[in-house]
Amino acid sequence: MEIDPFIFRLSIFILSIFIGYYVVWSVTPSLHTPLMSVTNAISSVIIVGAIIAGLAGNSETIFNTSSIFGFLAISLAAINIFGGFLVTQRMLAMYKKKKKDK
Amino acid sequence: MLSANLSAIFYLISGVLFILALRGLSSPETSRQGNFFGILGMIIAVTVTFLSIGNFSTGLVVVLIFLLLGGLIGAFIAYKIPMTAMPELVAGFHSLVGLAAVFVAIAAFLNPEAFNLGSPGNIKLGSLIEMSIGAAVGAITFSGSIIAFLKLQGIMSGSPITFKGQHPLNALILISIIIITYLLCSTQSSNLFWILLAISFLIGFLLIIPIGGADMPVVISMLNSYSGWAAAGIGFTLENTALIITGALVGSSGAILSYIMCKGMNRSFFNVILGGFGATEQSTSAQNKEQRPVKSGNADDAAFLMKNASSVIIVPGYGMAVAQAQHALREMVDTLKKNDIKVSYAIHPVAGRMPGHMNVLLAEANVPYDEVFELEEINNDFANADVAFVIGANDVTNPVAKTDPQSPIYGMPVLDVEKCKSVLFVKRSLSPGYAGIDNDLFYKENTLMLFADAKKMTEDITKNL
Repeated sequence: MEIDPFIFRLSIFILSIFIGYYVVWSVTPSLHTPLMSVTNAISSVIIVGAIIAGLAGNSETIFNTSSIFGFLAISLAAINIFGGFLVTQRMLAMYKKKKKDK
Repeated sequence: MLSANLSAIFYLISGVLFILALRGLSSPETSRQGNFFGILGMIIAVTVTFLSIGNFSTGLVVVLIFLLLGGLIGAFIAYKIPMTAMPELVAGFHSLVGLAAVFVAIAAFLNPEAFNLGSPGNIKLGSLIEMSIGAAVGAITFSGSIIAFLKLQGIMSGSPITFKGQHPLNALILISIIIITYLLCSTQSSNLFWILLAISFLIGFLLIIPIGGADMPVVISMLNSYSGWAAAGIGFTLENTALIITGALVGSSGAILSYIMCKGMNRSFFNVILGGFGATEQSTSAQNKEQRPVKSGNADDAAFLMKNASSVIIVPGYGMAVAQAQHALREMVDTLKKNDIKVSYAIHPVAGRMPGHMNVLLAEANVPYDEVFELEEINNDFANADVAFVIGANDVTNPVAKTDPQSPIYGMPVLDVEKCKSVLFVKRSLSPGYAGIDNDLFYKENTLMLFADAKKMTEDITKNL
């Protein structure tokens, strides 16, 4: 009997939760704010679904209800992707070590 | 056009890059590289999506316009936002992830053919369940984050809003969400789908209004977690590995942060979620409101004490963020260091309004991160330090948490500030902190209260040093 592909996705999901668990525990507490902003940015990979929805319309009907929701979702996710990664970069650039000359 | 197998492999690669992005955050040195991996993973995921659809008609232009529009807004916000507003920003971003998840779910529900999920009114059962979960969690994330954002911005009062029958009402709504999801899956009715979204928005709103301002670190982490689960739900619908991996990562990340924050307050997760902390505990503090003598001083006294110290520990809190005192503080520390005084910073896990809030502010003020310590690392050093400089923190220094089992904060890990030879406490008034209880530290023999705005006081001390 064949295994439902859903089971494979579920396996990936469960294993990723464990990876997330161990990886996040090793994040140093001083970087918890950048952690939140970067997780924000990466969870916006949901833009993948938005792009599929946005491109689903054919050339006559680019704007049907479904694709309009897709377009809006693209903008929302893009705000998060650019905003999230850039603000994380801005924060991380500020974390400096003690200067050696002191 | 990319084959389905090849694009699946690329999605897997971008998922792995996202894991590496989080892994990089284990130390500040590797963190910038980690962020780069994250960006790379995102570029791969987006490019592969375009290539796998291969539909480069006029629709593509519209997609790119919306993408660029969002990108510009995001980049603009990222460059303009002051570091003190980071909690609001993160809450705002969570709401966008939630809303994006809702929109994608709506698009998939209206046009399932585009996603290979069947036809309208006849969507595959598994996909419909996943879609409903993604949409409902996304909606809760959205409205909950909006409330968190309004509370953090100060547009909405930070005090908990409670009313009679709140918990039964919430329980009722949660149960009806499950029932409606079940009915939706058996009837495929679009009306039920809209009702499901509407009550999910409502419950997100109701869940967050009873939670007070200082519990925001838990709320933000929790919403972070929700946004991950919403993304994972949509990931199952779209059969997309990158989205499933990311959703799981973000979901567990937020859950761990909530756990750390709860532990930092010695409260159970449910205790925080059920809310109303600040409102219910005030009765205990009203009973023992006798007048006790307090020693207060000015910047000159503080400067004198610190000049004669050999080691100083600084305890920042939310008040420092409010007063924007981090730069003034660093200048004061620079002056102290010139006088060969050893200075370190002690950070309580729940200081500020989100995990790591204080660390970011200190980093912004050019404080080297190896001078900043967590509670467990530094708590034993207070006994050997000459001066503790408490700026904008309150409840996290209250010795009552160790001595009085009656106190609502009893058992909460606190910084042993009172063990220092002398304590300088910058505060605007004697008013109790968020927990509504008096801080015993105010009345200790070795405490000198400095009643002033944190930034102004710090600047004045620097002048007197």
